[in-house]
Amino acid sequence: MTTTELIDTVGHAESTPEQAQPYRELGLKDDEYQRIRDILGRRPTAAELAMYSVMWSEHCSYKSSKVHLRYFGESTTEEMRAKMLAGIGENAGVVDIGDGWAVTFKVESHNHPSYIEPYQGAATGVGGIVRDIMAMGARPVAVLDPLRFGPADAPDTRRVLHGVVAGVGGYGNCLGLPNIGGELVFDPSYAGNPLLNAACIGAMRVEDLHLAHASGTGNKVILFGARTGLDGIGGVSVLASDTFSGDESGSGRKKLPSVQVGDPFTEKVLIECCLELYREGIVVGIQDLGGAGLSCATSELASAGDGGMHVWLDRVPLRATGMSPAEVLSSESQERMMAVVTPANVDAFMRICAKWDVIATEIGEVTDGDRLVITWHDQVVVDVPPRTVAHEGPVYHRPIERPADQDALRANGPESLARPSTPDELRELVLRMVSSPNLASKRWVTEQYDRYVRGNSVLAQPADSGMIRIDERTGRGVAMSTDCNGRFCRLDPYTGAQLALAEAYRNVATTGATPLAVTNCMNFGSPEDPAVMWQFEQAVKGLADGCRELGIPVTGGNVSFYNQTGSTAILPTPVVGVLGVIDDVTRRIPTGIGAEAGDTLLLLGDTHEEFGGSEWAHVVHGHLGGLPPKVDLDRERLLAEVLVAGSRDGMISAAHDLSDGGLAQAVVESCLIGETGARVFLPEGSDPFVQLFSESAGRVLVAVPRSEELRFTEMCTARGLPWARIGVVDPEAGSLEIQDVATFGLDELREAWEGTLPALFD
Amino acid sequence: MSKIGVITFPGTLDDVDAARAVTYAGAEAVSLWHADADLRGVEAVVVPGGFSYGDYLRCGAIARFAPVMTEVVAAAAKGMPVLGICNGFQILCEAGLLPGVLIRNQGLHFVCRDQWLRVENASSAWTSRYEQGAEILVPLKSGEGCYVAEKSTVDELEGEGRVVFRYVGGNPNGSTNDIAGVSSANGRVVGLMPHPEHAIDALTGPSDDGLGLILSVLDSLVAA
Repeated sequence: MTTTELIDTVGHAESTPEQAQPYRELGLKDDEYQRIRDILGRRPTAAELAMYSVMWSEHCSYKSSKVHLRYFGESTTEEMRAKMLAGIGENAGVVDIGDGWAVTFKVESHNHPSYIEPYQGAATGVGGIVRDIMAMGARPVAVLDPLRFGPADAPDTRRVLHGVVAGVGGYGNCLGLPNIGGELVFDPSYAGNPLLNAACIGAMRVEDLHLAHASGTGNKVILFGARTGLDGIGGVSVLASDTFSGDESGSGRKKLPSVQVGDPFTEKVLIECCLELYREGIVVGIQDLGGAGLSCATSELASAGDGGMHVWLDRVPLRATGMSPAEVLSSESQERMMAVVTPANVDAFMRICAKWDVIATEIGEVTDGDRLVITWHDQVVVDVPPRTVAHEGPVYHRPIERPADQDALRANGPESLARPSTPDELRELVLRMVSSPNLASKRWVTEQYDRYVRGNSVLAQPADSGMIRIDERTGRGVAMSTDCNGRFCRLDPYTGAQLALAEAYRNVATTGATPLAVTNCMNFGSPEDPAVMWQFEQAVKGLADGCRELGIPVTGGNVSFYNQTGSTAILPTPVVGVLGVIDDVTRRIPTGIGAEAGDTLLLLGDTHEEFGGSEWAHVVHGHLGGLPPKVDLDRERLLAEVLVAGSRDGMISAAHDLSDGGLAQAVVESCLIGETGARVFLPEGSDPFVQLFSESAGRVLVAVPRSEELRFTEMCTARGLPWARIGVVDPEAGSLEIQDVATFGLDELREAWEGTLPALFD
Repeated sequence: MSKIGVITFPGTLDDVDAARAVTYAGAEAVSLWHADADLRGVEAVVVPGGFSYGDYLRCGAIARFAPVMTEVVAAAAKGMPVLGICNGFQILCEAGLLPGVLIRNQGLHFVCRDQWLRVENASSAWTSRYEQGAEILVPLKSGEGCYVAEKSTVDELEGEGRVVFRYVGGNPNGSTNDIAGVSSANGRVVGLMPHPEHAIDALTGPSDDGLGLILSVLDSLVAA
């Protein structure tokens, strides 16, 4: 097959204005197609249509979310912006952490691919976010993986979870990035829509920040990394039509999976190659190739620069024969990057790529003018204003409507649910809760991830947040946690998003780090459902308002819509990632108790009777209704200040945040992680059930050395932070005694906590 | 200052860690590149962990052909101390410097955990700083860490005291006789699956027990 004969050139498009085009199959609406014709003054070529259709997709254009996401920018004050070196719209947000270091971090979703092909979906999810971080000029230093699946005992959950965990591990381990945290949540709403969110942290010197743009007429555009193949041409369904048959390398082609295939080795080499290129200072602009492949990279680079771009598409190294220009543009083959380099530096660039055995090809040039022109064997197949592809896609104001069942849901509170009353019932409940899939130890999963590589992991799962040392000389480091309780968000998406923010913020502070900036991954149902759009709008507002109250900016994020089965959407799941800084990682606060015998256990914060959306209502009664816990961001800020001060002055020997499962869960985990017993006494006259299982926000359990107790509690009192002495660390006991309730052997607790996931998934 | 080489293959991951361990022990870490048939004057070599060349074939099967490995094999023949960690152990087995082979973990999963090891031979070039029978806590992180060899080879290793490290408190991967690490007949070449270079500081590892390997080899270099 000689493809040139079939090429739909710009000239051909001009002369055949009436030729029918498969724009609907590519996901474009009638009016969107018409707009493309208006922009170009003719019908698009097949290649242009491929570019516009992928770039104007929900995934790339944020067309349903854009009008809402603006609120993040509008609610960011100058003071919040002060530490931001790059924000929303770049590949990833960048913050100044001090000592001349900049840190970039981001979360992205790869939900749909991870359901269809869990291993590769998860693997390439990790690969994609890592390249985003690389494209900022940073060395990726750690990953985290917030995961959500259907019910733990559903047969399909086993298939998806095994693949996803193996994929995250297989890619991340081989890439050499420590996995320092994440989440593992089971809920029926995720059964047909598992959530694979992947987060990455990168570090660089402030002066090494690279932004994606193509400037300087005559500069060369170099594609480097893996070859381009037929994999991952997904949404572009027409390209995988039935007329193709046979082997990929033969004259015909078989349909390849729409989920891409990852090669972590190539990515590892690409990372080292990129970092060497940065060190040599020979990169003007850099862009990773992710969703929408070359369509995205060329149009975004050109759009963000000050000129146009000419691309000789036939120079792209391919791994399949007979690929059409539209296929080359749409392929989502992994492990590819694109750089803009001055002509004088091209040789040096190529030398470094050769050292790392990375294929690098000069495929284009920055031009004056404002057109992106792509030729295929000297024939013009694309001639477009790049901004119209990359940045000026359609914008929708989708209808918004509060769900009809919202009031009924909120009215159906947990008050009438049967509660345990006797010590025996409470004892049994503690064990049942600790062993329930959402509260059980995640060790079965995290043991499959390398958390040590590169030697800077100070804290990793099951710590409240992961912590990475950035500067070996000064000990400066960063902590990160991602959190979201989808049930709280279902009951009240505004408050739920703030609770997610509060929890991630608290988790970071609990390890002694000062929260600095926020990223997010908004996982929702269909934007065409007004009820989902209401959830989305509320969550965005809640998160943005919350960030303003806490004084930390949202630096970027990701939106994943259409997470639903039939007409049933997933729980609204705005995963919030908070990054914090600690100037000396040796002052980190560990999660487990027992570093010092006889420490006093203090509970910071207030406990109210709050069971709406709680883990208890979910596990014991399968109930979701009522109101989520109240959120008090002033209190969260105060709590964080106290924790950071406590860490700085060496007053806290261990700390653990209270969230899902309440105090009971926190105490059990503190004992098991620290391999140390404790005695706990609940406030006199209080309801032990409420004390143990309520999920009131703004609470942390801390262990304080006796010698520091007075100083610490006086500080709390002076600052107006409620505290209560609720127990002592008892290394001799080998048990956890909750006075007047029950005593548990640590072995018994460990069996309950650690036995669940192996029993389900081994 | 003693110079210890740390090899980087494409896909090597723990080279920075190995170099850090060498530095912590007070020696100079010299970076060795896979494609250079040059040991740059080093007195000992560490072959670190990772996934050399992606390890899509049998682990270490490609790395053994790297130009730098020809030099390592030649130097080892003359008594240069060589330590292979994880993928490095696999490479040394493929290169014929150590007997046996590492296969997929019995549980089929990648396993990352803090693992207790018993030092079974404290007279090798890399273990002289330990007490015979000492138990040390170091991270293990591997998917193909199950040591196997022909029975006669295993008997020989056991009989000659060449099983240097043994897993205690449970066998994590199905390894024959709980073997975690072995040595060459002269005790100069040692390979082990767990990662002593990740246990040099309690801040970033479970202990600092792993530093003893590097300190041991430095002793042997000074003594030589």
